[in-house]
Amino acid sequence: MTEDVRPFVVKDCTLVAIATGDRAQNLKELRERLLTIHPGSIYYHFWGGHLRPKFVDPEYNNDFAAWVKHALHDTALAERLAIVDPTWFPNIEDLRKEVLEIIEERLDETEWIPWAKREEQFHFIRAQMIIFSTRCLIKRPEDLLRMIPHLSEGSIFYHFIDARRRTEGGVNDFCAWLHLFGERYQDLCARLCAIDPYFVTLAELREELLSVLKGYFQ
Amino acid sequence: MTELLETYAPIAGAEEIERIRQLSQHLRGARVVHVNATRVGGGVAEILSKLVPLKKELGLEVHWEVIKGDRDFFHCTKSIHNALHGTHIDISSEMLKHYEETNRRNAEELQPLLREADFVFIHDPQPAMIQRFIPERKGKWIWRCHIDISHPYRPVWKYLRESLLSYDASVFHIADFAHSLPHLQYVIPPSIDPLSEKNIDLPEEEIQSVADRFGLDLERPMIIQVSRFDRLKDPIGVIHAYRLVKTFVPSLQLVLAGGIAADDPEGEAVFEEVTIAAGNDPDIHLLLLPPDAHRTINALQRMAEIVLQKSIREGFGLTVTEAMWKGRPVVGGNTGGIRLQVINHHTGFLVDTPEGAALRVRYLLRHPNIREEMGRKGRRFVRENFLITRQLREYLTLMLILLHGDMERLEIGG
Repeated sequence: MTEDVRPFVVKDCTLVAIATGDRAQNLKELRERLLTIHPGSIYYHFWGGHLRPKFVDPEYNNDFAAWVKHALHDTALAERLAIVDPTWFPNIEDLRKEVLEIIEERLDETEWIPWAKREEQFHFIRAQMIIFSTRCLIKRPEDLLRMIPHLSEGSIFYHFIDARRRTEGGVNDFCAWLHLFGERYQDLCARLCAIDPYFVTLAELREELLSVLKGYFQ
Repeated sequence: MTELLETYAPIAGAEEIERIRQLSQHLRGARVVHVNATRVGGGVAEILSKLVPLKKELGLEVHWEVIKGDRDFFHCTKSIHNALHGTHIDISSEMLKHYEETNRRNAEELQPLLREADFVFIHDPQPAMIQRFIPERKGKWIWRCHIDISHPYRPVWKYLRESLLSYDASVFHIADFAHSLPHLQYVIPPSIDPLSEKNIDLPEEEIQSVADRFGLDLERPMIIQVSRFDRLKDPIGVIHAYRLVKTFVPSLQLVLAGGIAADDPEGEAVFEEVTIAAGNDPDIHLLLLPPDAHRTINALQRMAEIVLQKSIREGFGLTVTEAMWKGRPVVGGNTGGIRLQVINHHTGFLVDTPEGAALRVRYLLRHPNIREEMGRKGRRFVRENFLITRQLREYLTLMLILLHGDMERLEIGG
């Protein structure tokens, strides 16, 4: 049966960011823009940091939390937003609802609306992504161990993070492929799915994937 | 063969080079024209001088055209430039007429090339109106803006905006510069070429010889600002900051090094103002360098303890990127693209006043270990984000997306 499983085609991706022109200077404006902003923008502000210029800021892993802290100086709200992990939500709309809920709760709690300076407005960005095939095929699950170190960060992003947005059940592409082999790699899938990609860089994520694969195959 | 591109592999990584190759396969033979206002001097010319051969090597048919204009034209475009940076300048209708006429003449000359091109990148406001005089256009037209237009002087922006409406896309350095335009506005920060004369490692002897040439003492501390002599770069503010520090660090030397770009008619006047401000202080070195003095600038940046870029407005500030690549902490103006690069307390300090700059310079002069740590972080930050290979990849991505229409994701190559 397993011989029939088609090889895993390694793809890569690259993003180009688009300024939507939507911006917010205070918390109320942030809420209003969030109600209607393109879903790709919410995706970008949670995940796009992996693929664009930024200085590692381990304190806040999404742009909303970072802006609330650095521009509005509202630490409590920044903390509540920072703990939101996009991997908990089956789709972007549910993630949008959660972010709105947290902001609305904060607006209810506060007497005055915090404002940012003119130069520190929140600019909503979204991205367009190009996905392209690399020349790399992975024929057997054990080959993952050999191939993972050679995958670009774009490939890691596409197959491990972006996959959750487009696969049934929101799993990463590696697990989706391993499932095709029946129950044989169930344990490996469980270990791969247990990796939390949110608080690490793509290079660190690649290392973690490798470590899990080593633990399983060696 | 992609030999030039290959030379970047040890720095940018073999994976990045492979990605660029993969993307470029889908653009082979595409005719691309870049149009700007100068072939030498300034960041745009520097980037194009390397991007163009790289794209050619990847199989694209690339042309780089420079518009022609007289002194009045460049006076007008400098005023437009300053107004877009927020300075209140009213430009006479005669000047604008001359601007339009010069654009028309250039359009006439370039028409055969531009009409047939698959992609036309128009850089900055100088040639922005060319498109209006080329009604039959085959390809996609992109306005590439290299300046900080976050708070423009409205009447001038309104005038220029009319010429931008029919473009297919705009590209800005950061999202803050985007405006209400009826097309997609992309965000692509610029980059430096780590292998260029301006950024490669230099032997100690060469650094010493440049120091000797300009009478600089490598045993004494030195700060530097490298930029065109332009009021928006605030050279007078830098001298003010230097004087504040000099009281506490008498051995300090200041170098203000730069050139006067061909499209900047105000440069000479500003240089004179700076000369007066410097007075007869033997430790202030004003160096008016030719546009090809790349190795000299490289050496000067390397001999400085701290690099300043105290701009009042700044599109990006490639001199900041260059300094960080050389492992130097940067004290930069809290504006535009400098804020994307100078991460407070990590790669340098952002300042709003000469006093702020003086304070940070004093602090850094006092703490060599912090300078070293910031320098290390800065170099890594540049390697990961601001090398020419990243910009090349993003340009290729942009062109592919424009070819295929506005889709959130595009899968190519099966």
